[in-house]
Amino acid sequence: MRITVTVDGTSYTDDVEPRLLLVHYLRERLGKVGTVIGCDTSNCGACTVHLDGQSVKSCSVLAVQADGREVTTIEGIARDGKLHPVQQAFHENHALQCGFCTPGMIMQSIDLLADNPDPDEAQVRHGLEGNLCRCTGYQNIVRAVRDAAAKMQPSGGAS
Amino acid sequence: MTSTIEHEIGKARRRKEDSHLITGRTRWTDNIILPGMLHLAILRSPMAHARITNIDTSAAKTMPGVLAVYTATDLDPDGTVGMPCAWPITPDMKSPRRPMLAADTVNFAGEGVAVVVARSAYEADDALGAIDVDYEDLPVVLDMEAALAQDSPLVHPDLGTNRNAAWTFDSGAAGTGADVEQAIADAEIVLKRRYRQQRLVPAFMEPRSAVVDPTGPQITVWASTQIPHILKTMAALTLGLPEHKLRVIAPDVGGGFGGKIAVLPEELLALSIAQRLGKPVKWTESRSDCMLTAHHGRDQIQDLTLTARRDGTITGLKVELLADMGAYLGLVGPGVPILGAFMFNAIYKIPAYHFTCTNVFTNKTLTDAYRGAGRPEATFAIERLMDELAAEIGVDPIEIRERNWIKHEEFPFTTVCGLTYDSGNYEAATEKATQLFDYAGLRAEQRRRREANDPVQLGIGVSTFTEMCGLAPSRVLGSLDYGAGGWEYASIRMLATGKVEVVTGSSAHGQGHETAWSQIVADQLGIPFEDVEVLHGDTQSSHKGLDTYGSRSLTVGGIALVKAAEKVVAKARTVAAHLMECSEDDLDFVDGKFTVRGTESSTSMQDVAFAVFMAHNLPDGIEPSLDSDATFDPENFSFPHGTHLCATEVDTETGKVTIRSYVCVDDVGKVVNPLIVDGQVHGGLAQGIAQALYEEAVFDESGTLSTGTFADYLLPSAADLPTFTTDRTETASTTNPLGVKGVGEAGTIASTPAVVNAVVDAVRHLGVTDVEMPCSPQRVWRAINTAGGAR
Repeated sequence: MRITVTVDGTSYTDDVEPRLLLVHYLRERLGKVGTVIGCDTSNCGACTVHLDGQSVKSCSVLAVQADGREVTTIEGIARDGKLHPVQQAFHENHALQCGFCTPGMIMQSIDLLADNPDPDEAQVRHGLEGNLCRCTGYQNIVRAVRDAAAKMQPSGGAS
Repeated sequence: MTSTIEHEIGKARRRKEDSHLITGRTRWTDNIILPGMLHLAILRSPMAHARITNIDTSAAKTMPGVLAVYTATDLDPDGTVGMPCAWPITPDMKSPRRPMLAADTVNFAGEGVAVVVARSAYEADDALGAIDVDYEDLPVVLDMEAALAQDSPLVHPDLGTNRNAAWTFDSGAAGTGADVEQAIADAEIVLKRRYRQQRLVPAFMEPRSAVVDPTGPQITVWASTQIPHILKTMAALTLGLPEHKLRVIAPDVGGGFGGKIAVLPEELLALSIAQRLGKPVKWTESRSDCMLTAHHGRDQIQDLTLTARRDGTITGLKVELLADMGAYLGLVGPGVPILGAFMFNAIYKIPAYHFTCTNVFTNKTLTDAYRGAGRPEATFAIERLMDELAAEIGVDPIEIRERNWIKHEEFPFTTVCGLTYDSGNYEAATEKATQLFDYAGLRAEQRRRREANDPVQLGIGVSTFTEMCGLAPSRVLGSLDYGAGGWEYASIRMLATGKVEVVTGSSAHGQGHETAWSQIVADQLGIPFEDVEVLHGDTQSSHKGLDTYGSRSLTVGGIALVKAAEKVVAKARTVAAHLMECSEDDLDFVDGKFTVRGTESSTSMQDVAFAVFMAHNLPDGIEPSLDSDATFDPENFSFPHGTHLCATEVDTETGKVTIRSYVCVDDVGKVVNPLIVDGQVHGGLAQGIAQALYEEAVFDESGTLSTGTFADYLLPSAADLPTFTTDRTETASTTNPLGVKGVGEAGTIASTPAVVNAVVDAVRHLGVTDVEMPCSPQRVWRAINTAGGAR
């Protein structure tokens, strides 16, 4: 099947097998290897991307389902060489160790903050329930998301 | 002269590693795509124990995109290749050969039976379904105690037993302490307990992967491994390849926790097949395959006898372990319980000690190192026993520990195991922890809730710990029959422009070595942090090393780095003295500058590096290079310690456990980067708490892993864990020049008993004296109701 998908701002047209998963399309056809695969039961969230601005686990979406739609990956969120505030906050707060869960964790955190720009700790923890990390114990991830939230507030840039 | 710039060691430097990881510019092994690359898929046995009577690959070979399908007889016709075990713990240890693919029998569910080679991963997976294997059931051995019975079926009939090995340490026999049987005979109090260390899955987030490119002068292997150097040597020995023809690269590696200390059948299959076909091949596992076949951890039955006087003074400890090896031996699997053997006495003065461990084969996934490797098991046992002893004589759990621990003025202290603890201050860490925790306040609240018969009871769990870190003094490893040394390698290359390349034999996979090593070298050479590049995980650039595990990187590899830097400075000093026409003895080296004492005349390390590069004006006999290397072999282990306190709320009507607060004060010696140290502790706590409350690898009666996906195996999410309060005391190690002790495993070791002690403490007044791990609501509820005290 022929699909046309915009990924990180670039339009791609490809013939794909109907069974091809979006994550495999991203990684193997487009070379978007920043998005990774951590499980096969859609529990870990490592493959999380945005589809038309909503977070999805790209191991649970077929490439053909992305036809005519816009995908944003971890590789497409920095703007003009400047990190997204969530990326910056992950760095500042030491919210990653091995970094394998990080792309999905950051994409889910951006989605979480779009829904709730000022989450408390419990809301962050519940909002990230679908993304697993084995290194950090989540403490600094929670801290990073709340730090990013503060910096993304209209008045929060200076804090 | 004194330093005027802020030292790098101790700074909370943000990590150098992050920039590529947060932007997706990563180099995971599975990212690699090479021209003509072929994909492997492994057909795995669904049976735990069966004879293979026929394998028909003919249909699979005709599937689209399939180039070949191999079985054991194709790749190892003589049946001689066996996966390596590097730790024969006794001379008579029984070692079954673990083939790359099962030939005649399969011995655990998940063992590889055939391998498909295809143009794409999808086509390789498709062809697995077309392979027809006939199995004939064999009796399945799952329970360790049943496996040791006279009439038990055997996992490996050719070995004649399911007993892998038995290993003993006895303080009376070793002359390091008294006789434990005498202690039992004389005891005022004897506590006997059985604890179970359930089987866990390391569950690193990146599934394992290997890519082999046979097309260059060296065969290049990329692998998601903790041990590129060991893998290179072991692959050469196992397959009979010349070691100098192999290059192993561990690029970005997504976690390990001991789970990637392994030489995999799949890595050797990829090597064999790539060589045979002359094309690059890739193997990447699914999470389900990973759960089933990557080695598991823990899985011990601990029979414990603690003896004490009525005043709470411990007089002896006897430990009898059964350890489940699974169907085969992992790289260091048989030795994992022995890493715990020297830690059951923990921070306490125990006059008599006996340890024996019997390793057992079963038809299950093999076990091997998992974060802490033997030491969490030991710490759990003694820390649970300390609480039981406190309850027995009716004193506070902290008090019972204080009566028995080594006082800070008693260091260095030689333990009943013969280890010499160089330093520690258990009083200080405990004092700080109890204050942060509000120990007295929580005890008061606990009393109130008990008196009020609150359905939700409060429990307070105490755990102290020490561990032997910095694996390891080579001579000690030799005395334990371990198949390698314990040294580490580092080199420093001074570039012409004054920048520095640092090569380390440690192979980080999330630990932040690039950052921490840069801090160390920046201080040693007096150069900017930014000017240091750390190279690791590639046997071509980092040609020597023993890799990363056992909280060894900083305490061994970091010290190698210091030694190499000292040599660079010594060489630079000779050149600087020549350039400034003075005696070397007249030079001070401070903050990266050689200054003629008592003058303003100075030259920088960078100037010296450039002068050496130019080599126009060097002293006679001095070679034009400041590059230096060092190999450091520690003389002793290091002994970090800490006190962990956990408050749990236990709903006595549902059995649900909620962690209300968790405080730990760790003493890891000198801290190079507090941000990284805290991160290590957080992650360790999460894994230890997960053992206490959530995780267990469960096999059904047929030997099938019931918890074979992340949907069935409860890896905690952010919502399942509390916020931790972490703090530190700093008692420098006296056995290395940095005073460091290691931190990688600390959190995992102390947290499990802290949590279980808190769970039991919450319901002890209802008659509960133990809850088996993981302390699920069902188990807690059952424990309360069996004790007959549900309110």
